[in-house]
Parts: sequence; C-alpha cells; structure tokens
Amino acid sequence: MSKEAILASVTKPLLRTDLPEVGPGDTVRVHVKVREGGKERIQIFEGVVLALKHGGIAETITVRKISHGVGVERTFPVHSPMVAKIEVVRRGKVRRAKLYYLRKKVGKAARIKEKR
Amino acid sequence: MAPGLLGRKVGMTHLFSEEGKMVPVTVLQAGPVVVTQVKTEEKDGYNAIQVGYEETKPSRLTFPEIGHLKKAGVGPVRVLREFRVEDPSQYSVGQVLSVEIFQEGEAIAVTGTSKGRGFAGVVKRHHFAGQDQTHGYMTHRRPLSSGATGPARVFKGKRGPGHMGNERVTQKGLKVVQVDPERNLLLVSGSVPGANGGLVQIRKIGGKS
Repeated sequence: MSKEAILASVTKPLLRTDLPEVGPGDTVRVHVKVREGGKERIQIFEGVVLALKHGGIAETITVRKISHGVGVERTFPVHSPMVAKIEVVRRGKVRRAKLYYLRKKVGKAARIKEKR
Repeated sequence: MAPGLLGRKVGMTHLFSEEGKMVPVTVLQAGPVVVTQVKTEEKDGYNAIQVGYEETKPSRLTFPEIGHLKKAGVGPVRVLREFRVEDPSQYSVGQVLSVEIFQEGEAIAVTGTSKGRGFAGVVKRHHFAGQDQTHGYMTHRRPLSSGATGPARVFKGKRGPGHMGNERVTQKGLKVVQVDPERNLLLVSGSVPGANGGLVQIRKIGGKS
C-alpha cells in the first residue's frame, strides 16, 4: 500500500458522509456547536460559499456573509465534529471555483444567479 | 529503559478529538522487529537488545552480517539497531516485537535523520534576522559582523553559514494517539524528524528511563 493510501485509510473512519454536497456560490446555513462555560449550543452561520478546499479530512469551506454592513468570512473544516449540520438554502450559478471577487462587490453587484 | 521499535515515517495528517479539536498526527509504520542479539552487563558491559527490521535479499548483506543473523536464526534484515534495556533476561533471540508494546496515550521519543538542507545561510540555519529588503540595504541575508575588532579574530563557535540538516534528531515527549496492530501503524501526536519514508527509532520515555 502506498503512503498516500495509508494516510487516507487512517482518516477514513472520521470522514463524514451525512453532509450535503456544497459548491461555490451556494448559500448555506452552517450549524456550529459552540461551547460556552461547559454548556453547548448551536450557532448558525448563513452565507455564500466562496471556496472549497479539498484534501480529505482537511477539507474546508469558506462562507461569507454581510453582518451589520461588515463582511464576515468563516472557514469551516467540513469533517470537524463541531459542524453539527450544513443546510443548502439556495444553489448558485457561478462560473469559477473560487469566488474571491465577491469581496470587492457590494449590494446588487454581489448577487449570484440561482441555478435551475 | 524500555525497548523500542524501528519504523518508517509515512506522513502527516490530522484527526479530530471527541471535543472537536484538531489533532495533528504523524503516521509511522513500525515493526515488527526481531531480536537478533541480547547484550548483557557481564558479557558486553551494558544491557541492550539488538533488533532487526525489514526483510531484504541475502545478497544485500555482507558475509559477517549473514553469519551474525544465521547465529540468531533470523532471516536477512536491512537494518540492525540496538536499544538499551533494564533487564535483558526478559528478551530472547528470535522474539518478535510489534506496535503492541505501545499503548494509547503513552509518551514516546522518536529519533530520525532530519531533512538535509545543504549549505545553508545564517538566516535559515541560525534564525538571524537578516537585513531589510528595502530602505537602501545592499545586502539582505548576510551574517554581517562576526565580532568586535578588539580580539582581532573570530571566536570559536561563532555562528555562521554551513551544512544544515541530515543529522540525528530526537523528538521527545510525543504521545501515542492510536495503535493499529493489524497494519503495524502507530499514530503519534505532532511531528517527527526526517522525510516521509525515512527510518525512525521509536522508544518509550517517562517512568524509569
């Protein structure tokens, strides 16, 4: 077995299969577990997926939203147990894999067409 | 001192703990190793076991090595290494040690050969700050002064450019995260010296050392 195959097999049992397929341009609601003073609650972060970074267990999605007029981006390790759930709100139609250009767009210009 | 194992570094990845924390791990393929010789205080002056790792062709060995392994009744092995032990009577020639000698959560030390960096400058080798890239500096990564003009010479041990890496490095205090006896895998927290595929020695630390 090759080195890569061994590494992949080690993390295989930790990979999550219960999450929907998410792509750049999609609007998603990420339910994150937050631990505060021994208590755990769920926080929801809703926004547009700017980028997917692949890499097995290291896979992440970057989600951007506008909160009180300020752009906020969070990168979630998709396979982390801290991610309780991911909901897809809307499928976006985009023509590139990384939507970093959205950072410079505001308001109407930052819209994404819905995929149908 | 507890016995150790020989293995090869497979590579790094990470796992998630139950609390959701990312745990960086190095995957090691370790053992099984065969005891080829037991050294005792009376006979050899110190207590140790010699172990062999990785089967190979007999043609890769020298005649003295073949003779030595024949005496131990062990097939041709690529690597022979010694581990100091407290009580050599616990071990016998031909005994096989595998990853099962390690438990999860146990503290270990891993020794390997660090990646060779060739002839490296002072910035890389000794973490010198170097000079500014701008603001008129005409040099960027030079060592500059090697000392005062008073002694009219450079003191011995003055840090300078030179060969870096490709030396024996021991990383202590690593923790065993997971043991897979079926595939002889050992998952170790943190990083381990050397390139992927490099030979490493793994031994227990803590307790009586």
